[in-house]
Amino acid sequence: MAAAAGRQPPGPAEGEAPAAGREAGAGGEEGEGRAKGGVEAGGCYLALCARPVHFEKANPVNCVFFDEANKQVFAVRSGGATGVVVKGLEDRNPISFRMEDKGEVKCIKFSLGNKILAVQRTLKSVTKNANILGFCWTSSTEIVFITDQGIEFYQVLPEKRTLKLLKNQSINVNWYMYCPESSVILLSTTVLGNVLQPFYFKSGTMSKLSKFEIELPAAPKSSKLSLSERDIAMATIYGQLYVLYLRHHSRTSNSTGAEVVLYHLPREGSCKKTHILKLNRTGKFALNVVDNLVVVHHQDTETSVIFDIKLKGEFDGSTTIHQFVLPPRSIQPYQIPVAGPPSVTSQAPVPCKLYSSSWIVFQPDIIISASEGYLWSLQVKLEPVVNLLVDKGKLMDFLLQRKECKMVILSVCSQMLSEPERGSLSVIATVFDKLNNEYKKYLEAEQSYTMVVETGLSRSNPLLKRPVRTQAVIDQSDMYTHVLSVFTEKKEAPHKFTIAVLMEYIRSLNQFQIAVQHYLYELVIKTLVQHNLFYMLHQFLQYHVLSDSKPLACLLLSLESIYPPAHQLSLDMLKRLSTANDEIVEVLLSKHQVLAALRFIRGIGGHDSISARKFLDAAKQAEDEMLFYTIFRFFEQRNQRLRGNPSFTPGEHCEEHVTFFKQVFGEQALMKPTTF
Amino acid sequence: MAAAGAAGQEKQLAPTLLSFFIYNPKLGPKEGEEEKKILFYHPNEVEKNEKIRNVGLCEAIVQFTRTFSPTKPAKSLHTQKNRQFFHEPEENFWMVMVVRNPIIEKHKDGKPVYEYQEEELLDKVYSSVLQQCYSMYKLFNGTFLRAMEDGGVKVLKERLEKFFHRYLQTLHLQSCDLLDVFCGISFFPLDKMTYLKIQSFINRMEESLNIVKYTAFLYNDQLIWSGLEQDDMRILYKYLTTSLFPRHMEPELAGRDSPIRAEMPGNLQHYGRFLTGPLNLNDPDTKCRFPKIFVNTDDTYEELHLIVYKAMSAAVCFMIDASIPPTLEFCRKLDSIVGPQLTVLASDICEQYNINKRISGAEKEPQFKFIYFNHMNLAEKSTIHMRKTPSVSLASVHPDLMKILGDINSDFSRGETMDEMQTLQLLQPC
Repeated sequence: MAAAAGRQPPGPAEGEAPAAGREAGAGGEEGEGRAKGGVEAGGCYLALCARPVHFEKANPVNCVFFDEANKQVFAVRSGGATGVVVKGLEDRNPISFRMEDKGEVKCIKFSLGNKILAVQRTLKSVTKNANILGFCWTSSTEIVFITDQGIEFYQVLPEKRTLKLLKNQSINVNWYMYCPESSVILLSTTVLGNVLQPFYFKSGTMSKLSKFEIELPAAPKSSKLSLSERDIAMATIYGQLYVLYLRHHSRTSNSTGAEVVLYHLPREGSCKKTHILKLNRTGKFALNVVDNLVVVHHQDTETSVIFDIKLKGEFDGSTTIHQFVLPPRSIQPYQIPVAGPPSVTSQAPVPCKLYSSSWIVFQPDIIISASEGYLWSLQVKLEPVVNLLVDKGKLMDFLLQRKECKMVILSVCSQMLSEPERGSLSVIATVFDKLNNEYKKYLEAEQSYTMVVETGLSRSNPLLKRPVRTQAVIDQSDMYTHVLSVFTEKKEAPHKFTIAVLMEYIRSLNQFQIAVQHYLYELVIKTLVQHNLFYMLHQFLQYHVLSDSKPLACLLLSLESIYPPAHQLSLDMLKRLSTANDEIVEVLLSKHQVLAALRFIRGIGGHDSISARKFLDAAKQAEDEMLFYTIFRFFEQRNQRLRGNPSFTPGEHCEEHVTFFKQVFGEQALMKPTTF
Repeated sequence: MAAAGAAGQEKQLAPTLLSFFIYNPKLGPKEGEEEKKILFYHPNEVEKNEKIRNVGLCEAIVQFTRTFSPTKPAKSLHTQKNRQFFHEPEENFWMVMVVRNPIIEKHKDGKPVYEYQEEELLDKVYSSVLQQCYSMYKLFNGTFLRAMEDGGVKVLKERLEKFFHRYLQTLHLQSCDLLDVFCGISFFPLDKMTYLKIQSFINRMEESLNIVKYTAFLYNDQLIWSGLEQDDMRILYKYLTTSLFPRHMEPELAGRDSPIRAEMPGNLQHYGRFLTGPLNLNDPDTKCRFPKIFVNTDDTYEELHLIVYKAMSAAVCFMIDASIPPTLEFCRKLDSIVGPQLTVLASDICEQYNINKRISGAEKEPQFKFIYFNHMNLAEKSTIHMRKTPSVSLASVHPDLMKILGDINSDFSRGETMDEMQTLQLLQPC
C-alpha cells in the first residue's frame, strides 16, 4: 500500500521513498502482518466488491492511470500506439482506441461524459516557464490546469478545437488535489505546504474559498515542504465536504498514536477543525470514505477501523474526539477469479493478498491493485456489525445512518425480542425510540412538503423536493410485518413480556406523536384475549390507550361472547367516533334493543328517515308483543306527522307487520287518521 | 314554644354495631352442642346462652325464608330497635351483623324518650358492609374453608378472632352510605402519554424485580393500573384507601421521617419509602415482613406478599409469591431501582395533572352533584363526597337526599330481581 490518499497514477514510477513523518519499514513485514490481521476472519465488516474492474497489470510497456472524476482505469500500452483500454466501475463496456506515440504519457483523462480526451506528455508548460502539475475536468467542456505557479480555468470549444481562458490565478503551488464530487480543487501553498487554498468550480465560474492552515504535529526543523499530499484527502461525509489530514504520531508530543483530523470546508465561511479520529497506533495508513464512514486501513496489522462522526464523541469545546466504532478487523478475504473459460480452469481460485504494498487507495472508496490489475470499490457489511456492537442503542445509531440498513435493523429487532439474546425492556424501549425518531422526522418532512404543495407555494420555491424515504425510515407496517406479528405468533416469550413489548412500541409511537395504526391495537387485544386478560384490556380502553376506530369497535363487538362488557365498550367507542351512527343502530337492533336504537336515532334527529320495516322486523324477532306494539305505534305516529295519515305506504313494505299487528291486537287497535 | 324547647334538646344517636357473629350450623348439629356452631361472636362478653339463642334465631329465620325462596333466603330482618343482616359467603358459613337503628332522644317532662327510626337504615348499604367484612377477611386470611383445611375449627376461630377483633372497631357504621353499596374504585384521570409512561415503568419494574407477580399503581389514592383481577383489586383498593394510606398520612403531614436520604450512594436522591415492610433499610436487623394477601381464591388460590411502596403521591403495590420471602437485600434493590424512577414519575404525573386541570377548568366547584358508578369497571366518582375518610363521610348534601338516592338505587336493583323475599319486614317489635 503505497499512498495514503494517493492521487497520482499507479504507474511504473511508483515506489517513492516514504514521506517525512511516516513510519518506515512496512514492506518487509508483510508476512507477519498478515498473520496478525487474518486471524479474526469472523466479523469482517469491510469487503471488496464482488465485481471488480480487471485491467492489464502495470509493467514496463503498459502504464496504468486512474481518473477519480470518472472512476476509470486507463491501460496505456506503449504510449498509446498499441492501444489504450479504458474501464470503469460504472461503465462496464471498455473503451478501446489507439493514439500516436508522442512520448511518455504523464496523465490521461476523459472529460465528463467521455467526449474529449486530455493527455499530458510533458512536465513543462508551453507558454510560461512553469511545470504542469496536472489537470482536471470539472465538466464536459471545462478543464483546469494546475502548474507550480498557479491555476488556469479553461473552456473547451470542441468545434474550434481551441481553449478559452475563463480565469486564472497566480499562486505558488506545491501540489494539488481534486475532489470531483464537490468540484473543489485544493492547492498546497507556502514553503511548508500546510496552507491550503481551495477553489470551487461551478458552471463556468471559479471561486476562491477562504484558505486555511493545517496544524503540523511538531514545529518543522527546516523550511522544507512538511505537508505531503499523501496525508491529505478530501471527501463528502453526510453531505458536507471535509479535508482529512492524517497526522502521524510524533515522538515529541505525548499523543498515543496517529490520528485523522477532519477540517470542515463549507461553501461559505471559513474552514474549521471539527473532528479528531483517534487511531491509537502508528505505522502506514490509508483512508477511504464509505457510506459516510471514515475507514482507516493499517498496513502493519493488516486491519482496518471505521469512524462515524455522527456518533457521540468527546467534545472539548471546539472539536469532537472519536474512537473507532468497532474493533479492528481485516477486510474480508477475497478470492481472485482465475482467468480463462470456466471449462478449462478447474483449479481453485487464488486468495488475494490484502493490504499489499502495491495497493493504491483513492477517494472515496476505491482500492487498486496495480500489480494484479484489479480495481475494487470498498463496501461496509452491516450483518457482522450486529454482533460486534453490544450496546444496542449505539448499534441503532450506527445502523440508522447506513444506506442498506432496513433489513439488518429489522433483524436486530427480532433478535432482541427472542431468546437467547432477549434484550431488557429498557433496551427495547431505547431501540424503539431511535427508530421512531427517524420515522417521525420523515413524516414531518413529508407533511410539510404536502402542505407547501397544497397551498401552491411550491411554484415560488422550485428547489422544493419531495423528501427522500431512506431505508432508515422503519414504519409501523415494517415493524408489524417483520417483527411484531412474528414475535407474538411464536408465543415463546411469556405473555407478560409480549404485552410489555407491544405497549412499549405504542408508548414510543405516542411519544413521537405518531398516530398508531389499528393493526397494532389488534395485536395487543388478541394477545390479551388469548390469555384471558380482559380486565387489562378494559383498563387500556378506559384510558384510551387503544384509540377509537371503527375496526377496533368491530373487534370488540366480536369479543362479546367471551367478555360481555365488550359490547358496551364497543358501543361507547362508536358513539365517540360520531361517524358511526348507522353502525350503532345496527348493533342495537341485532341485540333486539329496538327501543334503545330508536331513542338513539331520535337523539341525533335521524328518526324521520329510518326504515320502519327494519325496526319492525327487529321488534318482531324480539318476540315481545308490547315492544312490537310500541314500535308500531311510533311509526304510525310518524306517518301521521309526515303525511297526515298513520297508515304505511306500499313503498315501506310493512304489509306483513300490519297483518301481524291486527292479528295480535285487533283491527281496532290501528291508529285512526286524525280528522279535523 | 314547648316544641321549640323540645327540639332544642333533641339529640340524634347514630346507628351502632350491636353484635356481629359467624356460625356454621353443620358444626354442632346435635342438641346440646349448639355452642360449637359459633365461630366468632362480638361482643365476646355476651353470655353463652344468649349467643346460642341469637344464633338459633338467625338459623330459624334463614330456614323459614328458604321455604319461600330456596336459593335466596332472607338477607335482612327489620325490627323496631335494630336490623339484622345475614350473609352466607361460603356454603354453611353464616355471617350476621346486628345494627341498632338510629335514635332520636327527646325529653318529655324531664325524662329522656327514645324514638327509634326504623326506616332510616338502607338494607343495601349494610348488606354491602357485611359482604365487605368477608372480602376483607378473605383478602388477608383466605377462605374459611381453607382455614378449616389448614387446622380445623381451632385455626379458623383464631384467625377470625385475630382479624375481626380489630377490624370491627374500624367499621364506622354511622358514615356508611351509597358509596359502600358500590364499593367502587376511583380512577385517576390521566392523559394517554402519561398513562403509557406508567405502563412502561410497571413493565420495567416487573422485569427488574423478576419475582413480582402483580403490580398495582395508584396516585392520590386513586387507581391507575391494576394487574390484579377486578374483584381482588376492589377490596385491596378499599384496604389501601381506607386503612393503609390514612395511617401513613399523619406522619407525612407532620413532616416526620423526612424521606430524602442524602447518604444514598451515587447521589440517587428520591422520596421513595415502604408503607409495608422494612422501616429502615440501613438497619441490618430490620424486619422485612410484609402482609400476606390471598387472591383468585375461586381459582388458582394465590398467596402473596403485599409490598406497598410510595414516593410523593404515587404508590405502587408489588405482589410477590408468598413462597419467596423478600429479603433485606431485595428490599434495598427495590428501593434503589424503584425509588428514583417513581419519584420522577410522580412529579411527571403531578405536572400533567395540573396542566389537564387548568385546561378543563376542573378547579371550579362542580356544577352538578352526582354519584357515578360503572358496574363494568367499578369506576366510581362522586361530587357529593368531599373526601371520604374512614371515620367520617363528608357528604355535601343533606342526609335526607342521600337516603332518597339510596332508596332509588335499591328500587332500581330490586326491579331487576323482583324478589321481595330478600327483605323481611317484621311488624312486631323484637
